[in-house]
Amino acid sequence: MTTRDRTESPARETGAGAGLDARLVVDRGSFRLDVALTAAPGDVVALLGPNGAGKTTALRALAGLVPLDGGHLRLDGTPLDRTPPEGRPVGVVFQDYLLFPHLTALDNVAFGPRCQGLAKADARERAAEWLDRMGLAAHAGARPRRLSGGQAQRVALARALATRPRLLLLDEPLAALDARTRLEVRAQLRRHLAGFEAVAVLVTHDPLDAMVLADRLVVVEGGRVVQEGAPADIARRPRTDYIAQLVGLNLYRGRAEGHTVRLDEGPSVTITEELSGPVFVAFPPSAVTLHRERPTGSSARNLWQCEVAGLETHGDRIRADLTGDLPLAADLTTAAAAELDLFPGAKVWGSVKAVQTHAYPA
Amino acid sequence: MTPEERTAAPPAPRKRSPRAGTWAVGGRGVPLPLLLPALLGLAFLLVPLLALLVRAPWSGLPEQLTSAGVWQALRLSLICATAATAVSLVIGVPLAWVLARVEFPGRGLVRALVTLPLVLPPVVGGVALLMALGRNGIVGRWLDSWFGVTLPFTTAGVVLAEAFVAMPFLVISVEGTLRAADRRFEEAAATLGASRFTAFRRVTLPLIAPGIAAGAVLAWARALGEFGATITFAGNFPGRTQTMPLAVYLALQSDPEAAIALSLVLLTVSVAVLAGLRDRWMTAS
Amino acid sequence: MTRMAGVGAAALLTLSACSSSGDSSAADPASSGSGSASAGQLSGTVTVFAAASLTESFTTLGEEFEKAHPGTKVTFNFGGSDSLAAGINSGAPADVFAAASTKTMKLVTDEGAASGEPVTFVRNQLEIATLPGNPDKIASLKDLAGPDLKVVLCDKEVPCGAATQKVLDATGLKVTPVSYEQDVKGALTKVELKEADASLVYKTDVHAAGDKVEGVEFPEAAEAVNDYPIALLKDAPNAAAAKAFIALVRSDTGRKVLSEAGFLTP
Repeated sequence: MTTRDRTESPARETGAGAGLDARLVVDRGSFRLDVALTAAPGDVVALLGPNGAGKTTALRALAGLVPLDGGHLRLDGTPLDRTPPEGRPVGVVFQDYLLFPHLTALDNVAFGPRCQGLAKADARERAAEWLDRMGLAAHAGARPRRLSGGQAQRVALARALATRPRLLLLDEPLAALDARTRLEVRAQLRRHLAGFEAVAVLVTHDPLDAMVLADRLVVVEGGRVVQEGAPADIARRPRTDYIAQLVGLNLYRGRAEGHTVRLDEGPSVTITEELSGPVFVAFPPSAVTLHRERPTGSSARNLWQCEVAGLETHGDRIRADLTGDLPLAADLTTAAAAELDLFPGAKVWGSVKAVQTHAYPA
Repeated sequence: MTPEERTAAPPAPRKRSPRAGTWAVGGRGVPLPLLLPALLGLAFLLVPLLALLVRAPWSGLPEQLTSAGVWQALRLSLICATAATAVSLVIGVPLAWVLARVEFPGRGLVRALVTLPLVLPPVVGGVALLMALGRNGIVGRWLDSWFGVTLPFTTAGVVLAEAFVAMPFLVISVEGTLRAADRRFEEAAATLGASRFTAFRRVTLPLIAPGIAAGAVLAWARALGEFGATITFAGNFPGRTQTMPLAVYLALQSDPEAAIALSLVLLTVSVAVLAGLRDRWMTAS
Repeated sequence: MTRMAGVGAAALLTLSACSSSGDSSAADPASSGSGSASAGQLSGTVTVFAAASLTESFTTLGEEFEKAHPGTKVTFNFGGSDSLAAGINSGAPADVFAAASTKTMKLVTDEGAASGEPVTFVRNQLEIATLPGNPDKIASLKDLAGPDLKVVLCDKEVPCGAATQKVLDATGLKVTPVSYEQDVKGALTKVELKEADASLVYKTDVHAAGDKVEGVEFPEAAEAVNDYPIALLKDAPNAAAAKAFIALVRSDTGRKVLSEAGFLTP
C-alpha cells in the first residue's frame, strides 16, 4: 500500500514494546480506515464514533478478522500483522456475544483453553474458575439461550478472558442490553476491566459507556481519529460537532483576538480567556437565556436574534433548537417556555454570559 | 425446492411440527386461490399412492412377501442406500463447506456442475459412471490394472451409482444451511484460538447438524429409490446388485401384482424410516 | 425409460413425417408395393405400437407407406412389448400392434382387443454378441460358461431372457452372468461399452449395433425362435389404413426391409 511509508507517529509512545502499538489501515474502496492506537498494559481505551465511522472494522483488524492493507500491529513487541486470528493472543467479546448455542456456558468458556491445548478436564476447571469469578457458577450447565442478557454478557467476557489474552476487545459490550441491566452490567464490567492487567480496547457509540469504562477515548469519524484523550478532557473540550453533540455542548469554530472570537459562521462571541488564532468556543445549552424582547439591562455580552426551529422535552426541561445569526440549542424550564410563549417560528433573543463560555485553541 | 427452503432457515431454533387444526392461520381463513391448488397438489401426490394400496393384491400378499428374493433385495437396498448416504456425508459435507466458505474463481460454475446429476437422467448418469469407473473407463482402467478392482456388477458399484445420484441433494442442502448459518460463530471460534478445521468440527458442524440431517435423509431416500444409474452401472444380479427398485421393475414385466407387493414393502420401509428419524430430530433438543 | 425413448422417437418420426409428406405429394400412388386394393383412398394417421427391436425396419416401412399413400401419416410408439400391451389394454388409441413374442400378443388377444387372428410376420433368434474382433475366441454357446468371462444375460422376466432360459434349459448348460439386464438393449450396451465380454441378444440387435459388437451364431438358438405377431386392433381409429400397413409389412418390400435388419422371414 502506498501509505506504508508515511510517517508513523503514535500519539503516545509506550515504553519498550509493552502493550499495544498499532496503526490500522484498511481500504474498502470508497471507505478507508486509518487509525493509530497505542496503549500500555492496564489501559482501557474506548473507540468512540458514529455508526459507519470504522470502529468495528478497527476492532476486527486488531483481532485479525480483517486483513490490514497497511500500517502495523505490535502487541508486547511482537508483530502480529500477518498472524491469523487463532494465533493472536487476543480475546473478543462480540456485540451479540456469539456464544456457541450448542455448548453449555461452561463449555463455551472452556472452548478457548481447549484450543490452546489444555486437556478437557483442565480446560473445564479453568472455565469453572472464570464463571465463578463472574458470579455465574450456578449457570455453568446452562445453554446460552437460557441465560439472561447480563449473564450472557458475563459468559462472553469469561470466555474471552479464559484464553488469558494480552489484548481484550469488546464490541459495543452493552448495546444488546436493556436500560436497567445496562446500568448494573456497566458497573460490573468496569470492575473486571479495572482488574485486567493487559490492554483492553472497547468500541462504543455511547459516550456514557466510553466515559465510565475507559481511561482514554479515541474518537473516530470517517475512518480517522479526530480527537483522543482523557474522557473528562474530551467532554470539556470537544473538537467536532459529533463530540459536542455527544457531550451536549454548543460548539463553534472561530478566530480569537483577545477576548473576542469571530466565529466562522458570522457573529462574534465574547469570552473570558485571552487567546489568539483559531479556537473553539463551547457552552452548554443551559447557559443560553431566551427573551421575547431585546433585553436592555442584561449583563450578557453575547446576544443574538434567533428563530425557534423546534422544541422537544429533554428530561424535565425543554430543548429549543434555534436558527438565525447563530444556530444553537438552548435549554429552559417548562415554566420559562410557557412564559415566553414559544412555538416554532417564534422570534426570540438568545444571550450567553461570557463566563459560561469556554474557549480553547483549535 | 422445499428441502432448501427448510434448511435455509437458521439452524438454532428447531421447528416444531405444525399442530393439527390450523386451518385458520393467525385467526384468518386460508384464501381459496391458495387452498384449492394446495388440496389439488396434495391429492395429486397422494392419489397414486392410494391407488397402489387399493389395487394391492392383499390376499396374495403374504405369499408374495415371504419369498426369499424380496428380503434379499430389501436388505441390499437398505445397506446400499445407507452406505451411499455415508459416502455422500464423508465427501459431500466438505464439498459443501468449500462451496460455501472458500472464494475461488469459477465457484459458481463448480456449484452448477455439482447439481448436474439432479437434472441428468439417471441412466445417463449410469453410462457416465461406466465411462469413468467401468472396466474401460478413464479411471476404472487404472483401478483394474493397478489394484484389480472392477466396480461394475458389484455391490460397491451400486453404492457408487446411488451416491452419484443422491449426493447433490446433500451438498445443496448442507451448502444452503452453511450459507444461512452465522459465519461470525466461526470468527468467534478463531479468536478463541481454533484453527479453521477445529472451528468447523466443533462449532460449524454442530450448528448445521439439522441441515446435514435433512440433507442426509433426502439423499438416503433418493438412493433407496434409485433405479436407472444402478441398473446401468451395476447391472442386476439377485443378492449382489438387485435392489428393490430393480426387483420391482423386473417383476412389472411379467407379474404386475408382485411388483405392487414389492412397491408396498419399499413404501412401508421408507415411510417408517423417515417418520422415525423425523420424530427423533423433532424431539431432540 | 424404454417407453420414454419410444415416445421420443415417435415424436421425432411424426415431425419428419410431416416435413416429408409435403414434398412427396407428387409421388405416384400406383407405385405402392403393398398390394392393397384400396390404395389411393387412404388418409389420416395410422398409429402403430411396435416392439423396440422393430424400430429401424418399421421406420423405413413407415416412410415407404407414406410415400405410397400421400395424405397418410404413420405414427409409431416403440417400446417393450409388455408395456405396449399394457397400454393397449388400458385403452391407448392404436391401430396396429406388432409384438416381439406371441406371449405378449396373447395379453392383447385375451382381452379381446385384437381384430382377427394375429399373424407371425418375422422371427428373431438369439445370437452371441462379443467384443469386436471376438478377443475371447467365443465360438459356441458352451464357451459362455468359461469362468473368466463376464457375461450379461437378459432377465428371465423379459422376452429375450425367457428365450435365453429356454436355450440354456434345452442344452443343460449353466451360465452364471454378472448381471441379468432389464432389456435386450441393456444387455447389448454392456458389451458395446466393453464392460461385459459377451451377452446373448437377438440377431437383429447385433445387426443394429454395427461394428460395435461381433455376432456369433450358434445352432442351439433354434430352440428358442421368437415369433413376431402383428395384429389389427379392434378399436383401431383408422382400420383401413392400418390394414394397408399390415399388408405392406407382409409384402415382399416388407420382407426385404425386415430381413436386411436381421430378421428371419417365414
